Amino acid sequence: MSETPVRVPPSPVPDPSTLGFWQAAREGKLLLGRNLETGRLHYPPRPVCPFDDVGEVEYVPSSGRGTIYTFSVMRAKTPYAIAYVELEEGPRVMTNIVDCDLEALRIGQAVRLVFVDSEGGQPVPMFTPA
Amino acid sequence: MSLRGVACIAGAYEHPTRKAENKSTAQLHAEVAIGALRDAGLTRADVDGYFCAGDAPGMGPLSMADYLGLNRLRHVDSTDIGGSSYLLHVAHAAEAIALGRCDVALITLAGRPRSEGVATGTAPRAGSPAQPDVQFEYPYGAAVANLYAMCAMRHRHEFGTTAEQLAWIKVAASHHAQHNEHAMLRKVVTVEEVVNSPLVADPLHRLDCCVISDGGGALVVTRPEIARGLKRPVVTLRGAGEAVKHQMGGQLDLTYTGARFSGARAFEEAGVTPADIKYASIYDSFTITVLLQLEDLGFCEKGQGGRFVADGNLISGVGRLPFNTDGGGLCNNHPANRGGMTKVIEAVRQLRGEAHPAVQVPNCDLALAHGTGGTIGTRHGSATLVLERE
Repeated sequence: MSETPVRVPPSPVPDPSTLGFWQAAREGKLLLGRNLETGRLHYPPRPVCPFDDVGEVEYVPSSGRGTIYTFSVMRAKTPYAIAYVELEEGPRVMTNIVDCDLEALRIGQAVRLVFVDSEGGQPVPMFTPA
Repeated sequence: MSLRGVACIAGAYEHPTRKAENKSTAQLHAEVAIGALRDAGLTRADVDGYFCAGDAPGMGPLSMADYLGLNRLRHVDSTDIGGSSYLLHVAHAAEAIALGRCDVALITLAGRPRSEGVATGTAPRAGSPAQPDVQFEYPYGAAVANLYAMCAMRHRHEFGTTAEQLAWIKVAASHHAQHNEHAMLRKVVTVEEVVNSPLVADPLHRLDCCVISDGGGALVVTRPEIARGLKRPVVTLRGAGEAVKHQMGGQLDLTYTGARFSGARAFEEAGVTPADIKYASIYDSFTITVLLQLEDLGFCEKGQGGRFVADGNLISGVGRLPFNTDGGGLCNNHPANRGGMTKVIEAVRQLRGEAHPAVQVPNCDLALAHGTGGTIGTRHGSATLVLERE
């Protein structure tokens, strides 16, 4: 089994509307946007709902459970797996699959949320086989 | 109001360079501008509309009009939807001409990523922090190749599309490129060579990817009355469509592209169906790009793209749908990492009967050109043109 080499991700650069998202990541939470009027969830979270003109947006934590919607292992450099994970709440989120056998990844595989420290220390949400 | 018949492509020019170490990007824009105007039998003094996109240096039409010496402009448009911008520009030029906003529109594209050593496909790009998606994508190593690869992976999962089927797209392009003296990759390749080339990003191999090249191209769009007075075959816009597709707040579906919408709009306006098309220029940043777009444009059912492209079906003189007879982005060139301009240019060559004799489609009177810009793995623009020979 070939373990994922440690790839330290570059740090995200928050903007004024995402400071809460990245603070929550430091507390081990992956936040989704939820429309208080309609209940619809979106990702990445933003202060204005992408679906409906009505309703304030609140931020709610994901369970952190999901399945791989699709993925690709980049071979041109130190291998790493980029993926979209479908959360059990619905939204499909871009991420990396880490601490895994890159050759054994498959669509539909169950994964769970983990956090990986980026270059500047900010934890970034990623997933690993459940 | 319909765009059908309101404008013609009177001039088209593709820069012969594939590596322009000693030329500036602005210079390449100027050289293709002159080339397209000369092809049409017009001059810069005739140009009153100018179109460019993000590859144009400086402040788009301002910097370029100054550099090019365009002094009669009364309409400009720098809409940027990546590599598909130039197909959209043809449609927007037709709109402007129909409204009387300009008579002779010039569209230019040029760039030199090869000379600048840009690792186009495999290097994640940081972008601007103000771009709202960057902080949710850059940390994950999102690059062009692995974003398209994720679409191929999902397509394989849902429809059983094989690496060999995708490889046929490259094989067809290489059959065409062998006749193009300017093409970067002129060697005819086999399915085995494609699938045995190194993996770049699963499941895409090196030969599933387009080339990285310098170069450029330009188009001249004008009203039919002017086009008919020029000494060139008349190529008329019959229908056009554009669309934007994105992640939809987390409800993304990577099994289709915006071509589903832009194509339907273009076919409806043109009053024709995919079965009527004699030649198709299909954006080919990767083999999977072609496969998805062929399905979405309606050349085959969703999920059947793999079967459709296999066994040489895209090879001129062999298959049912000759595509990218210049060798396309997969073998010929991909100037400025934006392949939309050359898609239109080869369609114009086919309609004029000026493609290489070995790949010219007999009696080619109806063609389609389609572009995708951005990345289908996140957000992209789609633009479709249906063109006819008068």
